[in-house]
Amino acid sequence: MSSKQTEISKLSIRDLSFYYGSYHALKSVNMEIPDKKVTAFIGPSGCGKSTLLRTFNRMYALYPNQHATGEILLDGKNILDAHQDLNMLRAKIGMVFQKPTPFPMSIFDNIAFGVKLYEKLNRREMEERVEWALRQAALWDEVKDVLNRSGNSLSGGQQQRLCIARGIAVKPEVLLLDEPCSALDPISTARIEELIFELKADYTILIVTHNMQQAARVSDYTAYMYLGELIEFGDTDTLFTTPRAKATEDYITGKFG
Amino acid sequence: MLSRYSRRRLVNSINLIASLLAMAFGLFWLGWILLTLISHGLGSINTAMFTQMTPPPGSSGGLLNAIFGSLMMTVLGTAIGTPIGILAGTYLAEFGSRGILAPATRFINDILLSAPSIVIGLFIYAIYVSKIGHFSGWAGALALALLVIPVVVRTTENMLRLVPNTLREAAVALGSPQWKVITLVTLRASKAGIMTGVLLAIARISGETAPLLFTSLNNQFWSADMNQPMANLPVVIFQFAMSPYEDWQKLAWAGALLITAAVLGLNILARIFFRQKSLS
Repeated sequence: MSSKQTEISKLSIRDLSFYYGSYHALKSVNMEIPDKKVTAFIGPSGCGKSTLLRTFNRMYALYPNQHATGEILLDGKNILDAHQDLNMLRAKIGMVFQKPTPFPMSIFDNIAFGVKLYEKLNRREMEERVEWALRQAALWDEVKDVLNRSGNSLSGGQQQRLCIARGIAVKPEVLLLDEPCSALDPISTARIEELIFELKADYTILIVTHNMQQAARVSDYTAYMYLGELIEFGDTDTLFTTPRAKATEDYITGKFG
Repeated sequence: MLSRYSRRRLVNSINLIASLLAMAFGLFWLGWILLTLISHGLGSINTAMFTQMTPPPGSSGGLLNAIFGSLMMTVLGTAIGTPIGILAGTYLAEFGSRGILAPATRFINDILLSAPSIVIGLFIYAIYVSKIGHFSGWAGALALALLVIPVVVRTTENMLRLVPNTLREAAVALGSPQWKVITLVTLRASKAGIMTGVLLAIARISGETAPLLFTSLNNQFWSADMNQPMANLPVVIFQFAMSPYEDWQKLAWAGALLITAAVLGLNILARIFFRQKSLS
C-alpha cells in the first residue's frame, strides 16, 4: 500500500468492526480512501462490502441491533462519534442504492427534496440547481421537457441517474454507490460508468460492485474483501494484474466466487 | 389410462370450472340483492324523497331529515376517526418495531376491528348518552368514528409496510429527518392505499344501524342540531321496514337503494380519481 501514502486521504478507517446483533460482519478493517478518486469494493456475496459502505453514512443507525466499533475519520473527524450529527454527515456523504429509488413525486421535486433540507433557494435558483444536477448526471436532455412527470415514469436507467442527480444536488463531498448498475441493462450501465468517470473530478466515489470488469474499468483503487475482512487494497491496475494475496488472485481469475 | 398431458389438461379444466362456479355463486347473490333493491326501491325514488321530512304513517313524505342526518354523522365520524387512524397506523408501521406499545395497540385494534358494532353503540351509550341524559347526533358521530378508527389504522399500517425500506433509506441517506421521510415520502407513496381504506370505512359506517340505535336514535322532524336526537337512514330503514304501513315500507326500500347507490358511486369516483392520479 505504499502508493497510498502520497495521496491525501478523505476517509481513514481505523480498526472498524461491525455487528448485526451478535454476528461479527466486519473484522477490524483498516484502510485509507483517497480524495477525489474512485475506490471499488469487490468480493463474493456476504463478504461485507455493502455493510462497509453503509457505515460511512451510518445508515445502520436506522436499525437498533446493528452497531460499529472503531473509527472512521472524515477529513480527520471521527464520524462514528456519538455526537456526530447524522443529518449533517449525510449531507456530506451521499448514497445511491442497488435498485433505483425515485420518490413518489415529480422529477423536479425529486431533486429539490434534498436541496430544500439544507438551503433556502428561490424558485429561479432552485430551477438552476435542478438543471445543474440533471446535467451532471447526464439526464437533462432526456427529461428537460417532462420535469413535472412522476419520477416513476422514467426507465430503470433514467431512474438510477435521477437518483445520482438527487445525490449530487445537495453538493456532497463523497458519493457511495451500492451496486448502482446491477439492475440495469448494458447501455444504461455504460452511461453510468461514463458518469462515474466524469464525477470523480469533484467527488470522492466509493463503489460496491459484483462485476469485476466494472471495477477494473471505473476505479482507481480496488479493495478485495472476503468474510468480513479486507484481504487486499491497492491501485486497480496492480491488484488486477499482480495481486499480492493468493485469495485475491483466485477470486479475480474466477477460480472461486 | 390418460397420458400425463391430457390428465393435466383435465385437472386444469376442472379447476377453472370450479372457480368460475364459485365466482358465479358469489355474483348471483350480489346481483339478486341489487335487483331486489332496485325493483322495490326505484319506484319510490322521487323529488319528494329529497325535499320532505319522514312522514307519519298514512301520509306522504320523504327522507330529507334522515339523509341530512346520515351525511352529517358519517362526515363527522370520518373526520374524527380518519386523522386518529392514520396517525396511529403510521406509528405502528414506522415506529412499531420496538417496545411493547405497538404490539399491544395492534392486538387491541384487531379486537376493535372485529367487535360487533352494537357493542360500540352500547359503549357510547354508557359513557356519553346516559351521562348527558339524551340521545344526540354527536353521540352517533362518535360511535361511527370508533368504527372508522380500526379500519383506517389497519389499512394505513399495511399500506405503509408495503413501501420498500430502500425508499426510506434513500430519503434518510439525503439527511432527511424522520418526520420528513414519513410525511413527504412514505405516506405519499401509500396515499392511494390509505384513501381506499378510508373509503372502505365510510362504506362500512354509512350502513351501520346498531351503533346509532343507542346514540343518535331517530328524529321524525328536521333537526340540524348535533346535540339533539338525529334522524338517519339506517335507523329509519329499520323502523319503516318493520312497520305494517305500506308507504313507510316503500320509503325504507328507497332509503336502502340510496345508501347502496351512494357507496357504489363513492367507490367509482375514487377509482376514476386515483386512476387519473397514477397516470399523470
